[in-house]
Amino acid sequence: MPEYFHSVVLEEDKCCGCTNCIKRCPTEAIRVRDGKAHIITERCIDCGECIRVCPHHAKKARSDSIEDIEKFKYKIAIPAPALFGQFNNLDDIDIVLNGLLKLGFDSVYEVSRGAELVSQATRQLIRENKLRYPIISSACPAVVRLIKQRFPDLCENVMPVKAPMEISAMLAKKEAAEETGLPMEEIGAFFITPCPAKVTEINLPMDINKKSYCDGAIAISKIYPKLTSAMDKLTVIEPLANSGVIGVGWATSGGESAAMLGDRYLAADGIENVIRVLEELEDERIRNVEFVELNACTGGCVGGVLNVENPHVAQARIHTLRKYLPVSQNHLKNGVPDIMMWEHPLEYDENVLSLDKDINKAMEMMEQIEKIEASLPGLDCGSCGAPSCHAMAEDIVRGFAKETDCIFKLKEQIQQVYRDLMQVL
Amino acid sequence: MSVIHLTYEVSGDDFTRAGEASGLVKSKLKKLGYNKDAIRRVAIAMYEAEINMVIHADGGVVDVDIYPDKVEVVLADKGPGIPDVEKAMQEGFSTAPDNVRNLGFGAGMGLPNIKKYTDEMKIDTVLGVGTTMYITVLVKQ
Repeated sequence: MPEYFHSVVLEEDKCCGCTNCIKRCPTEAIRVRDGKAHIITERCIDCGECIRVCPHHAKKARSDSIEDIEKFKYKIAIPAPALFGQFNNLDDIDIVLNGLLKLGFDSVYEVSRGAELVSQATRQLIRENKLRYPIISSACPAVVRLIKQRFPDLCENVMPVKAPMEISAMLAKKEAAEETGLPMEEIGAFFITPCPAKVTEINLPMDINKKSYCDGAIAISKIYPKLTSAMDKLTVIEPLANSGVIGVGWATSGGESAAMLGDRYLAADGIENVIRVLEELEDERIRNVEFVELNACTGGCVGGVLNVENPHVAQARIHTLRKYLPVSQNHLKNGVPDIMMWEHPLEYDENVLSLDKDINKAMEMMEQIEKIEASLPGLDCGSCGAPSCHAMAEDIVRGFAKETDCIFKLKEQIQQVYRDLMQVL
Repeated sequence: MSVIHLTYEVSGDDFTRAGEASGLVKSKLKKLGYNKDAIRRVAIAMYEAEINMVIHADGGVVDVDIYPDKVEVVLADKGPGIPDVEKAMQEGFSTAPDNVRNLGFGAGMGLPNIKKYTDEMKIDTVLGVGTTMYITVLVKQ
C-alpha cells in the first residue's frame, strides 16, 4: 500500500507559479519550485483550500466518473447529504435518489442513514463514559488528518467511530449481497462526494491497514449536470429516502452536534477556525464542552469544494428540506457493534512537523532557522516559493531551498559581486 | 548541553493577544519533536501564567529555555506583587476584577493549575515592585 495518496493534484500546464495557493494552504504544504506549485505530500490534508483559491484552476481533485461504476455488476450510490442542498426548489429527497437510479445505479443508500447510526452510537458511548473528553468528531477527514499531523495530544480525543460514509457503504453492500446473492467483489459502492478529503479517505483510509467499504467517489460537481437532467425526466418517483432530520442535518455545521441532543457542544467550521479551536483545546482553554464538531469547510460539508452551490444557499435549502422529515429513521438495536469502531485509535504522525528524530539535532536546526530567518527581509512575500520567511528559513535548513531563492538575498549577492569586481578592475 | 533561549514581551490589558507567547513556544516544541506530555504541560502552565500577567500586572517579559530534557520558564512583571502567596495558591481564590471574570477568567485556578502541571514552581514577589515566577517542566519518558 502506498504511504500517501492525495486527491488534490496539480495540472502543471495551468499553473503559473503565483503565490495564491502557498499563502492560503493551512498546513503550509505547497511550495513553488521551478515556476510550478508542488504539494509536500506528507503535509497535505486534502482540505481543498488551494482548489478554491487558485485563479487559474490549476488545482483539481481526482475523483471517479460515472462510467467507472460499470466495473461492477451491482452498483450502489452513496450520496452525501450535502448533495440534497444543490437543487433549486427541491422539496423531496426522493427526486434526487430516483435521479441517481436513472444514471445507472441499481440502488441508493444515503450517507444520512449511517449518520443517524453514528449519532446514536456517539450518544451511547458518552452515556457509557467510554470516550476521552472533550470528544472530537471524526467525521471530517481533513480535520482528522490535521490533528494527526499537528496535535499530538488531541489524537486520543478523536472519536474512534467510523464516518457515516463508511457505515452506509458497509450496510448497503451487506444488504445488496443478501438480496442479489452476488459476491462482495461484484458489488460497487460509490460515494457522491462534496470534498476531496473523502476521496483520499476512500483510497487510503487513516484506520491503518483498513480498506474502505466504498469502491470509488464521484464529485458532486461531476455528476450534477447529468443528475439534474435525469431528475427533470422522472415520471414516477419511488419512495426511497430513509433518513430523518438528524441524518440530513449532518450536511451543515452544527448538525452533528444537534444530533447529540444535549447542549454541551461546540461546532466550528472553516479550517482557520478549526485550527484556533484545536489550539485552545490543547491548552485546556475550552472547558465544560462534551462534544466538539469540526468541519474544515465553511458551513460544513455543504461548503466542500466539489459542490456546485454556494454553501449558505445550500444550508438554507437543507433547513427547508428537513422540515418535512421524521426525526430519525435508523436505529441501533443492540448497542454499538465493534464493526462501527476504528480498529486502531488515531496515532500521531511525528514525522510531519518535527525537524529531526534526535532532539539535539533538531535543536541545532532550530537555532539555524532562527538565524537565517533574522537575515531574511521578513516581508513574507512568497517570491521564493515558500509561504513565509520562517517557512523559507526552515526549508533552507531542511535542505529543500537555498538562500538565493530569496530575491532580496540574491540582489544583495549580486551587488556584492559587482562591488568585488569593481575593486579588481 | 544545548539550549534554545526565547524571549517574549507580553502586552498588558490585551486579552486578544494573551496566549501568543505560549502558542509560539508550543509550536517550537512540536517542531523539536518534544515529548507530547511535556508540550501539553508547558502550554497549559505558560498560558495560565501569561494570562495572570495580563490581568494583574499590565504585561511583562517571558524568558524560555528549552533543554532536551526540560523547559524552564521565567515570567517577570512589574505589577503590584502578591500580598499573600499562600492564599493565592488556594483553589478558587481570585482577586480578578469583574470585567475579567465576565470573560471567563479569574476562576482562581491559575496558580493551582500552574503548580499541578509543572515539576517546579517558585514565586518571588515584592509588593509594589513586581512578581517573578519560575517554572520548570521535566520530560518524563
